[in-house]
Amino acid sequence: MGVEQPKTLGSGFVTTSLDKLVNWSRASSMWPLTFGLACCAIEMMATGAARFDLDRMGILFRASPRQADVIIIAGTVTKKMVPVIKTVYEQMPEPRYVIAMGACASSGGIFDTYSTVQGVDEFLPVDVYIPGCPPRPEGLLYGLMKLQDKIRAERNTFGAAIGVGDVVHNKA
Amino acid sequence: MSDQVIVEKLKEKFSSEVLNIVEFRGETTVTVKKEQIVDICTFMRDDFGYNLLCDLCGVDYLGKAPRFMVVYNLYNITTKQRIRIKAPVEEQDANIDTVSTVWGTANWHERECWDLLGIKFNNHPDLRRILMPADWEGHPLRKDYPLQGPDREPYKGRLS
Amino acid sequence: MAANTETMTINMGPQHPSTHGVLQLILELDGEIVVKATPHIGFLHRGIEKLSEHRTYHQTIPLTDRLDYLAPMSNNLGYVLAVEKLLGITDEIPERVQRIRVIMTELTRLKSHLVWLACHALDIGAMTVFLYCFRERECITDIYEKVSGARMTSNYFRVGGLADDLPDGLEGEIRTFAESIPAHVEEYEGLLTGNRIWQKRTIGVGEISAEAAIDIGITGPALRATGVDWDLRRDNPYSGYDDYEFEVPVRKGCDTFDRYRVRLDEMRQSALIIIQALDKLKPGPILADCPKVVLPPKKDVVNNIESLIHHFKIVTEGFKTEPGEIYQSVEAPKGELGFYLIADGSAYPFRMKIRPPSFVNLQGLPQMVEGKLLADVIAVIGTLDIVLGEIDR
Ligand code: SF4
Repeated sequence: MGVEQPKTLGSGFVTTSLDKLVNWSRASSMWPLTFGLACCAIEMMATGAARFDLDRMGILFRASPRQADVIIIAGTVTKKMVPVIKTVYEQMPEPRYVIAMGACASSGGIFDTYSTVQGVDEFLPVDVYIPGCPPRPEGLLYGLMKLQDKIRAERNTFGAAIGVGDVVHNKA
Repeated sequence: MSDQVIVEKLKEKFSSEVLNIVEFRGETTVTVKKEQIVDICTFMRDDFGYNLLCDLCGVDYLGKAPRFMVVYNLYNITTKQRIRIKAPVEEQDANIDTVSTVWGTANWHERECWDLLGIKFNNHPDLRRILMPADWEGHPLRKDYPLQGPDREPYKGRLS
Repeated sequence: MAANTETMTINMGPQHPSTHGVLQLILELDGEIVVKATPHIGFLHRGIEKLSEHRTYHQTIPLTDRLDYLAPMSNNLGYVLAVEKLLGITDEIPERVQRIRVIMTELTRLKSHLVWLACHALDIGAMTVFLYCFRERECITDIYEKVSGARMTSNYFRVGGLADDLPDGLEGEIRTFAESIPAHVEEYEGLLTGNRIWQKRTIGVGEISAEAAIDIGITGPALRATGVDWDLRRDNPYSGYDDYEFEVPVRKGCDTFDRYRVRLDEMRQSALIIIQALDKLKPGPILADCPKVVLPPKKDVVNNIESLIHHFKIVTEGFKTEPGEIYQSVEAPKGELGFYLIADGSAYPFRMKIRPPSFVNLQGLPQMVEGKLLADVIAVIGTLDIVLGEIDR
């Protein structure tokens, strides 16, 4: 018809307000999957326990990928584990986010060997990398807050949710 | 019973099997031929009470003949004594009899040894790969297997 | 109507909240009854044994932290003792070093048992215990951080000594913490031991006889709960353990409940050992006087050319050892942790085989669950106290 289909709902007052609402709800209830791979998972558990208390940020661990929004890759990813992680990731509903926690998940860490994958970004789109071996709980909290910033900066999330256009990622 | 007495008795019973005996830092290592390893292990368990097989592993002496060595670290829970038995295995068609009939714990240790070093254990009840994926090629702990795997250029930024 | 007697196969893990990591179990079920259980491991195989052949003896210490990451210092200790035995300097370790090593490994035992109890209780449905245990664990991670700079991966022990001395004032903190342990253990016991649900889920669950346990090679608290009175700390003492008075808790129930009680008793004993070691702790050197293999103290390095040369050589080339082979094991929180080292005279270990207690203990799982209810599998995984990092290495 000569007219290009709009990619977004536009940036009018109503649509951006709706985007904000969607972003607010997504950022304040990120539910990570309980998915511990190695040592970093223990720090992840410690972050969830009483002293650091993830619950106060609306972050509750879910045991099923179907209910989770965020997958925290906490530990060394081995070649044997790759198909499992892919399956779990695909089982998660959109929108989904990936956090690479620790040196191993980010880059293979100290395990430069035949059996380890040199960073989970070889097969998953990573949103936040958290350095450390293992990262301190504060580090994980900061990473999660970074992810919240990233979610809040997304545009056209409402449009994408009702099937118009795609989410536009802005720099947080 | 001291280690010497045990070794003497072992030599008496299996005189043609014992290859050599080494003492290092107070630990006794007996190297035996692999053919009668099950009998020797049964003898060690029944006559000297080495009821716990602490560890079983393979070692790759690349460039030496015979290339492999299977090592059994035994422990006697009653007398708290240790002894080590070793059996050399040739590279060609590397195999040795399983001792999982003597100590049940050998089952997984032998699977691991097969997985990582490619030493076959005859009559093993379930000889599958244990640590590597089932379709993995090669045996990573062999000395001629590159550390980073065959499909990756080793990282050049450091010495090792 | 003929009954349908087909069995059903279900998969549990590697992504499962109560497999304690990446363990996969294939369970064949007849209704609620487990007919066959097949563990699949290796999802965390990182190649530590191979990697250590390409690292110097000192560079291997951080790798051992990541074996049983719930008890890093026990692994450090096992490895360091093995190298010291290989070098033949076991008798030269200063007394202060041995005491600090004992204090830290007993704290590590507490740390590991706390995580075990937290997860075990959480799996069976007791959430509060999880929060309590992690609260106490944080105290230990704080102590860890003060001595080594890291909350978990400590890398604190060195061949022939320690990385650093205890910081000022920490002894008092450790003492206060150790003295508080019995009360905390009482607290957990108050929540669990008499609890009807806990008893129903653990008594008579996952039974294994002493003979079967020895045949499979089960060690540590799991073996002591079958009535076998064996503890390496007492029977093959290392690091000066013969200097302390402690009991080895033994029970005869062979089930999950008794394994739980053995571990709780061990926590009390660990606290006692820590206090005794603190009482006997005297000032002294923290590195053995073996210039060829042990790093010289820092103040000598800047004042003495010979020390500087030794320091330079050890850091750049590593130290060389006599060819030989040794096996050294320690009583890790999970059982006998052994290091079998072969040296060929170079600065790198020729072969390092780790005997991980969890690897062997997990072998007992099929025997413990077959013929039992599906829900018991969770309890048995918890009671075995496995850590996949050391199973897969
Ligand atoms: S980054 Fe360090 S702590 Fe985390 S999984 Fe890797 S080795 Fe373990």
